[in-house]
Amino acid sequence: MTPLAQLLEAALFASGMPVSAEALAALDPDATPESVEAALIELRAQYDDGGHGIEIVEAAGGWQILTRPEYTAAIERAQIASRPHRLSAAALETLALIAYRQPITRADIEEIRGVSAGSILKSLLERGLVDVMGKADALGRPLLYGTTPAFLEHFALRHLGELPRADELAVALRPAVEAAPAPAS
Amino acid sequence: MPPELIDVSDDPRQRREPVVARAGDDAPPASFVVELAHFSGPLDLLLTLLREEQIDIYDIPIARIAEQFLVRIRTLRLDEAAEYLEMAARLLRIKAQMLLPRHEGAEAWDDPRAELVRRLLEYQQVREVVDVLERRAESRRNRFARTAPAAPERLAPAGPLSAAMADLLAAVDRLLRASRGPDIHAVIPRALDVAGALAAARALLASRARIRWRDLVRAGAEPWEILSVLLAVLELARLGECVLRQSLPFGALEIVGLEAGPETLAGNSDSVGAPALPPLDPATAYDTAGAAA
Repeated sequence: MTPLAQLLEAALFASGMPVSAEALAALDPDATPESVEAALIELRAQYDDGGHGIEIVEAAGGWQILTRPEYTAAIERAQIASRPHRLSAAALETLALIAYRQPITRADIEEIRGVSAGSILKSLLERGLVDVMGKADALGRPLLYGTTPAFLEHFALRHLGELPRADELAVALRPAVEAAPAPAS
Repeated sequence: MPPELIDVSDDPRQRREPVVARAGDDAPPASFVVELAHFSGPLDLLLTLLREEQIDIYDIPIARIAEQFLVRIRTLRLDEAAEYLEMAARLLRIKAQMLLPRHEGAEAWDDPRAELVRRLLEYQQVREVVDVLERRAESRRNRFARTAPAAPERLAPAGPLSAAMADLLAAVDRLLRASRGPDIHAVIPRALDVAGALAAARALLASRARIRWRDLVRAGAEPWEILSVLLAVLELARLGECVLRQSLPFGALEIVGLEAGPETLAGNSDSVGAPALPPLDPATAYDTAGAAA
């Protein structure tokens, strides 16, 4: 491995969170974005081809060392680490809305989901998956919510663009003219 | 974390089976509903009904669906949750509107279902995104990151200062507030005076064969004084200089000196056996309990 790849490996190991390419480039004054990119690819190949239990993964706009999924069950059985709880359907719906409509107010989320969202929003804020992005100009200056880097990491997304585009969703495939229901005969 | 944030069912495919809190089958319906993420809302339930009946979302037989919705929320005991009731009311209103006579050939007929269809489509889109998110989260869940300690908060690099007068004043105000400091109550350690209490108890025992707890502890004594007396009395008992007696649980404590008591003089002075003494006046038995506690 090149010295730069070794340096990046050490830095990724030291951090539990994804490290951005810029932060990685700052490790070495001689590094350029291109050399960092090349070193990361070298490092990833090293892990992939060398037979390792961990791998280099791109997530939340950065790079991260993660264990390979095939060892999860054994690690969890030995109680060395445990997987986080799954989010509930209600929490996922709220997150989906925030991800696509951000910045969005609580009232808009409740309008679409048809249920109150206060306590779920509070929990999502506590988990750091969403954050307050500002206040809307509407009456009462309601808070506007948006997703955080922790959201991207939780869903193994490099960036929000990796989510399916709204017009790629199956519902949207229906012709718009049919959206108005035909009068009942 | 509140339960609603976490999916309690281990297998996401099994979450259509609702669990509703109730005291028992014979008990009256519970007045609260614990909905364990089975239906995430009335739209979810409605969409599930449409899927089960294989109904075209654009042409909903509203009377039938409204009826089924009502039956379902009753069996699931969701009929006390406001959101489901609101949807039920909405369905019934649409049903009523559908029954209104329409003039033959009237072009401008607003389908009362249009708003509902729009909301259902919107919600269905959300569900599709949820599926995507669920898959991705599951794949990430199966990989562990290293749990390195969090990096210390980084300070913003100092640059040329640009601040309005209001910002400066606010900053000064914050500083003044911070410099004032909170009111911190000083806690002074108070050493127990066991030796003093021991001497006092011995002196009292020298003059009287038996004394009571309240003789040793003055009214309104501080906790450290009470503790000192307690330790002193226990020490005296350990040294065999007195016997402690209580006529009933939590009753008044009686301290009988072994050197001075007439019974002790008759018996073996080394004996720790309690001399037979009549219990104290029961009327005062509970009086001293508060001081001892």
